[in-house]
Amino acid sequence: MEIPESVKKRLTLPAEEHFYAGHTACQGCGASLGLRYVLKAYGRKTIVVIPACCSTIIAGAWPYNTLDANLFHTAFETTGAVMSGIEAALKAMGYKVKGEDGVMVVGWAGDGGTADIGLQALSGFLERGHDAVYIMYDNEAYMNTGIQRSGSTPYGAWTTNTPGGKRHFLEKRHKKKVIDIVIAHEVPYAATASVAYPEDFIKKLRKAKEIPGPSFIQLFSPCPTGWRSPTDKSIEIARLAVQTAYFPLFEYENGKYRINMPSTRREPKPIEEFLKLQGRFKYMTREDVEILQRWVNHEWEKLKKLAEVFG
Amino acid sequence: MENTLFGEKKAEARKLTFRSIEQYPEAPVSLGTTLSNFTGDWRTFMPVIDESKCVKCYICWKFCPEPAIYIKPDGYVAVDYDYCKGCGICANECPTNAITMEKEEK
Amino acid sequence: MAEYKPIRKVVSGNYAAAYAVKHARVQVVAAYPITPQTSIIEKIAEFIANGEADIQYVPVESEHSAMAATIGASATGARAFTATAAQGLALMHEMLHWASGARLPIVMVDVNRAMAPPWSVWDDQTDSLAQRDTGWMQFYAENNQEVYDGVLMAFKVAETVNVPIMVVESAFILSHTYDVVEMIPQELVDEFLPPRKPLYTLTDFDNPISVGALATPADYYEFRYKLAKAHEDAKKIIKEVGREFGERFGRDYSDMIEKGHVDDADFVFMGLGSLMGTVKEAVDLLRSEGYRVGYAKVRWFRPFPREELLEIAEKVKGIAVLDRNFSFGQEGILFNEAKGALYGTGARPIMKNYIVGLGGRDFTVRDVRAIAENMKAIIESGKLDREVEWFHLKR
Repeated sequence: MEIPESVKKRLTLPAEEHFYAGHTACQGCGASLGLRYVLKAYGRKTIVVIPACCSTIIAGAWPYNTLDANLFHTAFETTGAVMSGIEAALKAMGYKVKGEDGVMVVGWAGDGGTADIGLQALSGFLERGHDAVYIMYDNEAYMNTGIQRSGSTPYGAWTTNTPGGKRHFLEKRHKKKVIDIVIAHEVPYAATASVAYPEDFIKKLRKAKEIPGPSFIQLFSPCPTGWRSPTDKSIEIARLAVQTAYFPLFEYENGKYRINMPSTRREPKPIEEFLKLQGRFKYMTREDVEILQRWVNHEWEKLKKLAEVFG
Repeated sequence: MENTLFGEKKAEARKLTFRSIEQYPEAPVSLGTTLSNFTGDWRTFMPVIDESKCVKCYICWKFCPEPAIYIKPDGYVAVDYDYCKGCGICANECPTNAITMEKEEK
Repeated sequence: MAEYKPIRKVVSGNYAAAYAVKHARVQVVAAYPITPQTSIIEKIAEFIANGEADIQYVPVESEHSAMAATIGASATGARAFTATAAQGLALMHEMLHWASGARLPIVMVDVNRAMAPPWSVWDDQTDSLAQRDTGWMQFYAENNQEVYDGVLMAFKVAETVNVPIMVVESAFILSHTYDVVEMIPQELVDEFLPPRKPLYTLTDFDNPISVGALATPADYYEFRYKLAKAHEDAKKIIKEVGREFGERFGRDYSDMIEKGHVDDADFVFMGLGSLMGTVKEAVDLLRSEGYRVGYAKVRWFRPFPREELLEIAEKVKGIAVLDRNFSFGQEGILFNEAKGALYGTGARPIMKNYIVGLGGRDFTVRDVRAIAENMKAIIESGKLDREVEWFHLKR
């Protein structure tokens, strides 16, 4: 249905939809919302690469496609490499890639497929400087295989292979900072984003298209099934992740750090605010919460310093 | 087809079944959209919109993961119940409490 | 059609492959270095650097990514190539299935090299034959000329049936050994191999598609059958393309098994790749001494030329299968395949498996003579001494 012109002017996101309903994401899925935003930003002139992840299922079983864009399904660890090949082929075939009216090559991979098994191919893609954008939708565990911990799972989280018990604690390690690994490649553009702030995400997607070379966005993407959270709280939780500075929004553009709204405006809320809505954190003791809070504080101070020195 | 987000595409969407090998494409390439898959039957609670409280901010439209919320010619929003899974994000995010989740009688 | 005047160059097998890639107007090459493949991609990089070839070259960070990037390029619609050997090919294994399942006509040169440990860089066919069930076609080159011709024909066959092809050459024996190769002028290659017409592309932005989505048990089976049938149908295409190549350029490849003296031989030597060059020389010598021997050089291992093998098996009393490879817990891989193909037919030649040349162990005319004497005795007595013989074993 065509949205009335008077309404279109008031919308804060592009009106057109290139992500079809009828997909099989769980109720309240952050990843499906993220993919919807990506296609709003880029439209049809897009080639999406999806490795093994929840989006393999969300994007539709054969013979259906949830995306109103070309999509190549690939193996778990290959997103960066397949994107590279597609970009090279487009150039060989005479297409304009990236920039205004250019074809967008988008890698859409989960945190397991990015932080763990796909890290090598991601590094190769970044280092070689291909014109494409890699988006890591971060739901902080292997959700499609049934909630196993990944390198991106935070301290204190319950997952099916960090169940916690008499002898062993839950997830013992802090979240791997994939964005820092990406920035170490001195990419022209890298950013964090959240499904709770779609205007900010779409602005970043557009920058990722304009700026030549490889871009990377880490998108915070709640998973009610894996986080043991109510399906209606996905956006609220994602917003709290930013407001507690657990997942601050920032950009790294041509060597400069910039912290984005709204995380700079006020002091971060205590981490409990973020934790309490999610069943995956319910086994943490007071001490555990303190350990996580110290990590959040430390990382937040570090980021503020970076923005101050390299802003 | 009226009152949906996907209009003609929804009307055209068909379930595809393949009865003989000749009907299959040579490669596993898609032949249709997921619009033929009505996920509304997953729903336990359904969002009900009270237009008297709606301020046309479109936050519900923005955050629908299906998407199943569409904007009518009069500028108010409505739900395509063929697809709405009843997650309740729209009701949770609505700043004026214009959307309530009601137990659905089936 | 312009008159064919070949350009003769003295090149290594690897350079022959690189020239064929250039002449095939390949658009994307994604590759990773590994001995003894590396000089293929070095030569291609040199062509690009000198402006002799317009190729997008992706210097990937592993062979797994080499195959993944080649798959991405081919799915987009480009003509794509890569090359590897041994460990690199094994690392690619997962993506070999992806290429064939997505029906992408990629051509890859594999330089046969032994699998480690112990480390070895020398000739051995186990690396490529272990990829038997990945859905790739496999062409084995006997010499540098066949490497060049093989790559050109492979693109034509692959792009007709939408199945990827591995062109296999021997480590060092071909890859680094110089020989005269007759190359084809560019305009004549262009007539033989027109631009690719893809089965699908990722660049039709008005009619977007997904490729490779989850297929339930209701549909997966049929896609497997399509690939199986493409292999069967490829046999006809291979013969046609091989014949056309012969008509245009004087070297006929219409037979999937190259045969020598089969009609008046008591037994034949059968094998793959460069070791058959040694066999052919030995056969000439043996025949001049009165041995009734011939050879059957298997050019295409996949699809397997069952029909041509049967024709040979019906004519001879024995087949000596030479395997520069081994399937542990069983026997030589070609031997195993050949026996399997003949079971259920009437043909019952005596078949013996000689495991030769593993890890680059020298295989000489003298060795062929020794095998000939052994086979002769077996056929005269009608008794097989043993089915599988580790021929070079120090006893």
